[in-house]
Order: sequence, then C-alpha cells, then structure tokens
Amino acid sequence: MRDRISIALQVNGKPYRLEVEPRRLLADVLRRDLGFTGVHLGCEHGVCGACTVLLDGELVRSCLMFAVQADGCEILTVEGLNASGDLHPIQRAFIEEFGFQCGFCTPGMILAAYRLLQERPRPSAEEIRRALAGNLCRCTGYADILRSVQRAAVLLAEAEETRAP
Amino acid sequence: MKPAPFRYVRPQTREEGLEALARYGEDAKVLAGGQSLVPLMNLRLARPKVLVDINRIPALGILERRDGELVLGALVRHRQLEGDPRVWEACPILSRAAACIGYPAIRNRGTVGGSLAHADPAAELGCVLLATGAVVVLESSRGRREVRIEDLFVGPYTTCIRPDELLVEVRIPAWREGTRWGFAEFTRHEGGFALALAACVVHLDGEGKVTSARVAVGGVSPLPVRLPEAEKSLRGAGLSKEGIAQAAACALSLEDYDDVHAPAWHRRQLGRWLLLQALQQAAGGGS
Repeated sequence: MRDRISIALQVNGKPYRLEVEPRRLLADVLRRDLGFTGVHLGCEHGVCGACTVLLDGELVRSCLMFAVQADGCEILTVEGLNASGDLHPIQRAFIEEFGFQCGFCTPGMILAAYRLLQERPRPSAEEIRRALAGNLCRCTGYADILRSVQRAAVLLAEAEETRAP
Repeated sequence: MKPAPFRYVRPQTREEGLEALARYGEDAKVLAGGQSLVPLMNLRLARPKVLVDINRIPALGILERRDGELVLGALVRHRQLEGDPRVWEACPILSRAAACIGYPAIRNRGTVGGSLAHADPAAELGCVLLATGAVVVLESSRGRREVRIEDLFVGPYTTCIRPDELLVEVRIPAWREGTRWGFAEFTRHEGGFALALAACVVHLDGEGKVTSARVAVGGVSPLPVRLPEAEKSLRGAGLSKEGIAQAAACALSLEDYDDVHAPAWHRRQLGRWLLLQALQQAAGGGS
C-alpha cells in the first residue's frame, strides 16, 4: 500500500526528481520536501486559495492535486517571481499599498494577480475582484489588495516602457 | 487533514482504465479534476483504496462537433467550456454556466465528467445539461450504454454509474434556428456554491410559438430536476409575461430539500425567482 512513485517536477525553472507516496499533496511536496514555504496551506479543501500555484502556466489549487499528478509538469510558486534577486513589480506593489497585512494569503493573491495581469494588463476594479474572489484574506484587507493590484499594473507598464528602446 | 493511503493507478488508454475499474470495482474511485474528490479525501470523508487517475487518457479530452451534436469528453475542463468558441457556437448556455463554476483555479482543473459523476444537487452542469437534453455515454469492460441525463441522477451525490463504469463522454444537441435560452443562479458570494439555479432551452417557430421547452432547476430538490409542468404550460402560453410567471410558479411544488444553508421554502422561492429570470432572458432573445 505504501508504495512510492518516482516523479520529475520543474519548479521555478529548476528540475527536481523525487520519490513520493501517492497520497502526498502537491502543496506538501512543494513546501516540505522542496522547501518552497511560500506555498501556504489554509483550508485544504480548495476554498481559501492560499496554496495557489501556476501549473504549466495556469492557476491551480496545490492542495487539490496529488504530487504524482504533476509528474512532468512545470510549476511556478511565489518564490519564482523574484528568482533574479529583485522583488517582482507585483511584490513591490503589495508592499507599497500595504496589500499583505498578516501575509498568509499573500502568495496566493500575488500569483492570482500575476496570472490576471498576464491576460489583462489594465484590468478594471471589477475584473480584479472577480479574479481574486477565490482567495480569502482573513485580515479582510481586500481594499488594500485591490489597490495593490492596480498599482502592480502601473509598475508593470513602467517596467515594460523602460525595457523598450 | 491528509488523505488516507491509497493505491494509485494511472492508465494511459481507455481500455486500461476500464480494466482497472473492472479489477478494483467498489474499492476504486475515478480521479478526474479532483476538485470535489480531493477535498473529500483531505477531510477523510472519502477513503478509496484505489484511485484510477484518468488524466493521462488523451481520448477522454475530445471536444468536437459531430453530426449535429457537441461531443464533450469526460476530461474537458470547465475553463474550456467557458472559452472555446465551438462551445459558444453550439451551446452557449454551457459556456455561460461554466463561467459560474468556482474560481479560475478550480475551473482550470474541474471536468465535465467529474462534475456529473459527483452529482451535487446545485452543480451548474447537471442543471444546464438537463435543459439541453444531453446524453451521457458510460463504458465498462462489459460494454457501452447511453443514458439520458435525467436518468443519470438518482439522488443527492448519487448517480446510476456502476462501480466498474466510466463516464466517457457527453453528447449535446447543437443549437438550431429559433433556440432561446436562459440561465440564472444565486450564490452568497462571487464564485461560491449556488444555493439554487435555473436553466431553460426553448425553441420557437417562425411565428414565435413555443414548439418545445426544457426547463430545469438545481439546488431546490435533492437532485437537479426538469419541471414537466412548467414545460407544458410554456408550450401552451408561450414566452408571454403571464406564461413565464405561470411556468416559474411550478418551482414552488418541488420536493422538500433542507440543509444547513437554507430551508426548503426558501429554496423553492429562490427556484421560482431564478426560473423567472432565466425565462425572461429567453424571452429577451437569448441571454
């Protein structure tokens, strides 16, 4: 029963190979086995969104997937956003606008915002609310989070401009 | 909490999948998107001995138009329903309803087959497919059978799918000229579970007369249901203001269904109100 399965994951650009029990959740493998503690576990039934990561470029709940299912997939956690050492513009925006408070929901919020801003660089307030509706903030700091995402859109646009010749 | 240990099987073909189900029978659970099953396992409300993960079976991911029908493989994700132009064109009510399922992260994983097999009384797809007249294809190593969507659901969270059977695809009649539809649901917050919902698909002839109508309500009874009385009254009275009000009132006679979220009388009133909205959308020309 306690068989272990060999899997390969690409996390934040780096390859990993490990053996896991099939019942290990992707969230636990990322957090405990690989040390990406930015993956937070709140409810473990898909409601709170704190464990959100990108799997092959799309948002998923890492508490609702077994790690064996992610075999061969590419994963982005919040740690992958500042792999170069500098804070990502979305992270800077959350600091500037105080969008973090206790910080527990922040990684999920930031990744949901990241995916939204990829699709819609200048989202309306309503679009931001809809995109982040699946991420709960227990400090109820939603107004600051909304402002943070709006600020992030501005910072990303500026970064884009400075990169252009 | 964490899931109890289980044996993990990952078939690569439909045949391998059916073999696994034949072998493990009642000990096995099919894992598709996992958005309903994994929470149950995390809470240890479900402790399957074997999980048959069908996610790597390419044949189950088809989405195509075939002989006047829209064919959806069991593994089509809600996100695909929401955005695929073929779905919008063949059956727009499905795209509209899919966009209401949970959140983006949930829709990226959740599947058509998983939602139907889970049979939540207030699930969007079950209710909408009742209104479209879909057929569900079930396969086992013993053979294949087709089940009308109204025969799939037998109770709350209960279907007629046998332990060795796999829901492989859903076939939906594609839209024809004169098709009108409406969909409405009530949730307590954006993306949350619907307390109740209503869907209708109505065909009108050239003179605006109702030639056929399918009306369905979810979350009001222990399982999503069609409302034959409402359909009958629409065929007589049409999509007039009075016709709509009369049809919507049929939701008030539905079976009692209470739970921690709402008492039966509240659900029935919600059902009537949502059906009224759905029918008004249809009368207005579509959505």
